[in-house]
Amino acid sequence: MSTSSVTGSTKPATAHPQKRARSLGVARNLGLVVALVLLCVVGLVTAGDRFASTNNVITVLSLASAIGVVAIGMTFVITGGGIDLSVGAIVALASVWASTTGTQAMAENVGWIVIVTTAIAVGIACGVINGVLIAYGKIVPFIATLAMLASARGLAEILADRKTQIIRDQGFRDALGARPFGVPVIVFLFALVVIAGWFLLNRTTFGRRTFAVGGNTEAARLAGIKVQRHTVYLYALLGATCGLAAVMLMSRTQTGSSTHGLMWELDAIAAVVIGGTLLSGGRGTVVGTLLGVLIFTTLTNVFTLNNLSTSVQAVAKGVIIVVAVLLQQRLANRTT
Amino acid sequence: MSEPLLQLTGIVKTFPGVRALDGVDLTLRAGEVHCLLGQNGAGKSTLIKVLSGAHAVDEGEIRLDGEPVSFGDPQAALDAGIATIYQELDLVDGLSVADNIFLGHEKTRLGFARVADTRRAARELLTSLGHPEIRPAREIGSLSAAGKQIVSVARALSRRARLIVMDEPSAVLDPDEVEGLFRVIEGLRASGKAILYISHRLEEIRRIGDRLTVLKDGRTVAADLSARDTPTSELVALMTGREVSAEFPRRTEPVPEAPPLLVVDGLGRDGEFEDVSFSVRPGEIVGLAGLVGAGRSEIVETVYGARRAHRGSVTVDGRALRRGSVDAAVAAGLGLCPEERKSQGLVLDEVVSRNISLASLTRFSRLGATRDAAERAAAHEAARSVDVRPDDPDRVTRTLSGGNQQKVVLARWLLRSCRVLLLDEPTRGVDVGARSEIYALIRSLADDGLAVVVVSSDIDEVLGLSDRVLVVADGRVVHAAASDSLDAHAVLDLILATHEAADDHTAAHDPKGDAA
Repeated sequence: MSTSSVTGSTKPATAHPQKRARSLGVARNLGLVVALVLLCVVGLVTAGDRFASTNNVITVLSLASAIGVVAIGMTFVITGGGIDLSVGAIVALASVWASTTGTQAMAENVGWIVIVTTAIAVGIACGVINGVLIAYGKIVPFIATLAMLASARGLAEILADRKTQIIRDQGFRDALGARPFGVPVIVFLFALVVIAGWFLLNRTTFGRRTFAVGGNTEAARLAGIKVQRHTVYLYALLGATCGLAAVMLMSRTQTGSSTHGLMWELDAIAAVVIGGTLLSGGRGTVVGTLLGVLIFTTLTNVFTLNNLSTSVQAVAKGVIIVVAVLLQQRLANRTT
Repeated sequence: MSEPLLQLTGIVKTFPGVRALDGVDLTLRAGEVHCLLGQNGAGKSTLIKVLSGAHAVDEGEIRLDGEPVSFGDPQAALDAGIATIYQELDLVDGLSVADNIFLGHEKTRLGFARVADTRRAARELLTSLGHPEIRPAREIGSLSAAGKQIVSVARALSRRARLIVMDEPSAVLDPDEVEGLFRVIEGLRASGKAILYISHRLEEIRRIGDRLTVLKDGRTVAADLSARDTPTSELVALMTGREVSAEFPRRTEPVPEAPPLLVVDGLGRDGEFEDVSFSVRPGEIVGLAGLVGAGRSEIVETVYGARRAHRGSVTVDGRALRRGSVDAAVAAGLGLCPEERKSQGLVLDEVVSRNISLASLTRFSRLGATRDAAERAAAHEAARSVDVRPDDPDRVTRTLSGGNQQKVVLARWLLRSCRVLLLDEPTRGVDVGARSEIYALIRSLADDGLAVVVVSSDIDEVLGLSDRVLVVADGRVVHAAASDSLDAHAVLDLILATHEAADDHTAAHDPKGDAA
């Protein structure tokens, strides 16, 4: 090896692992896995069997599911160079709208399909509005989605009349409350979204365009990519995941409410960022986001099991975000 | 002649892949306006950053009052009496005039701002510059571009600057304001300051300059010329001429009877260019020659649909392109290698193979899913066919040299099988040595049947590379001819003739007014 690299000009230059984008992703994910394992160790030591029980693991996973689905959608938007502050509000609006249609649903056995379809359609509609304002209205994402945050949540309050709407549709309860192999359906849904998200980002032209648009919008445009249309797709995709998250939340709580999804925008962005997706766009990882979500949910769980207040959890979350981003910057600097 | 205030000798500054400065000499004296001339990419901005302490030099010597110095950071340069006024003025819009002047060295007592003192000092400075009408309490954001520039000069003076570097200060000013700025500069000169004035407007340099230095490809090609007496033709030749001559590939006869592949007819955009018509046959290279600002880049970008045409049409192989649509142009077989390769051409943090496949994603996918292995292999082959070095499709594009980055953009369009290639400044930021290679590549692409349009500020490059040349000046094609029938002097004469005509024209309409 040492002799061939000195003399071997015929050998292709493979000896610069740090200059390769791929190994960086592995190193970053490794750090997250280590963090997650450490958290689990802390959980085991402090809460023992209560932490390791099957029930608790399932609780953690089902708590992670809804926010996790949103975070996967957020990964796409951020990788594409955008940001969306309205996700929590969209979840609330979708849940209220869907639970309203759910109570009016006529035929008993198709009720749950109506609820699910409504929630996802509302999410997509909000996403399309965001995307059109940003891509064609040239409003910066921060402002456009801030406006959506305010108005979607407001609309949810109007529709629900500030009341919590209980979903009585038995079909919905049966379909989404099912627990095949003892695991809630929503956890399977989350897993499905992660796999589909990974495939979409890494193995499709859609994903390739997302990286290009986020990495250098002008270069993507001049290479013939329809940047504006793609931006709309990205926000619509995130809207759809918000709709799905609303469905999952409704199945867990049996309610639609205008207070669902409060502060989810921050949780989702935090999970995406500690996962290793660059806020400036062009680099993103679905696996990292999954790990980010699991880290935050496990943290909450460990703290709750130890009877620590949510305020302490919030402080710990803040510290984790800072540490993760500092580490990320070190890794990024090493490559340049 | 007095002792030089600042003397730069043999300054070299390299960035990954490119020598931005490659032996710059510059001598500045007190009480003198020294002009720095050069095309875009000649190294002017890098040199400014060296002077202001933003970049450390790799080689060479800087002497201040005869003593060797080195500026580690901008503060060190300021302390040495060198103040830089950047093109994008670095003023804080929300603060007052006085606060901006003393930003970074505020007048304070025990941490409290001494508002009255600050304002009085600001008023004195502005009065000394002949602009007492700018009130110190006024918010910067409400001032005109000219007013902001005066404030920037006042700030430089508040730092006791001995050398003031001005980067294209006239670019944002109208003619009256330029006159006002010149009066300020004359005042500074009379008070013994040294001024480094950067511009590519020759008429301004004649008006305000004492001496001048010309940069080309990161080198000083002429130093300490007289700003007033050096003939324009000589200056333009220095700026555009080739110092180290690259080899141009031999022309091959294009198939004469082949119908034109690209036809541009009566193309125009308000305020940019008018009535541009030309056609390119397969195998032919057509060059657009002209100075910066003549409208060449605007023309190719409009042909490509990146700017929307207001008039005229672009036809490829008999089919008209939709206006203002890049993807229609790409679908019809056009490809653009843009002027600003890094900001417009490449996703720098992405690997080489993915930059190459960027325009051909659908070709390497099935039902939206990418076929990574096929894509990478094809991109690798395209990279090899243009000889991207190192031969590694997984390398991050940022780490390549300028010439190899340009080849990556070329490879993108080869992989796309494009039929019309538009090249805007194909050798900008490419080392002189690597240029011959790019030229040979472009010619071989034409020989394979592509129609090629080349834009360059380097007249020798346009003439050497193209079969036919269109001379562009002031947004119009003033001449079109086979490049054999022209030489650099003839092209320069054509450009200058248009400029002089335009100058006469504006002079007639705009008699120099002293009231301002």
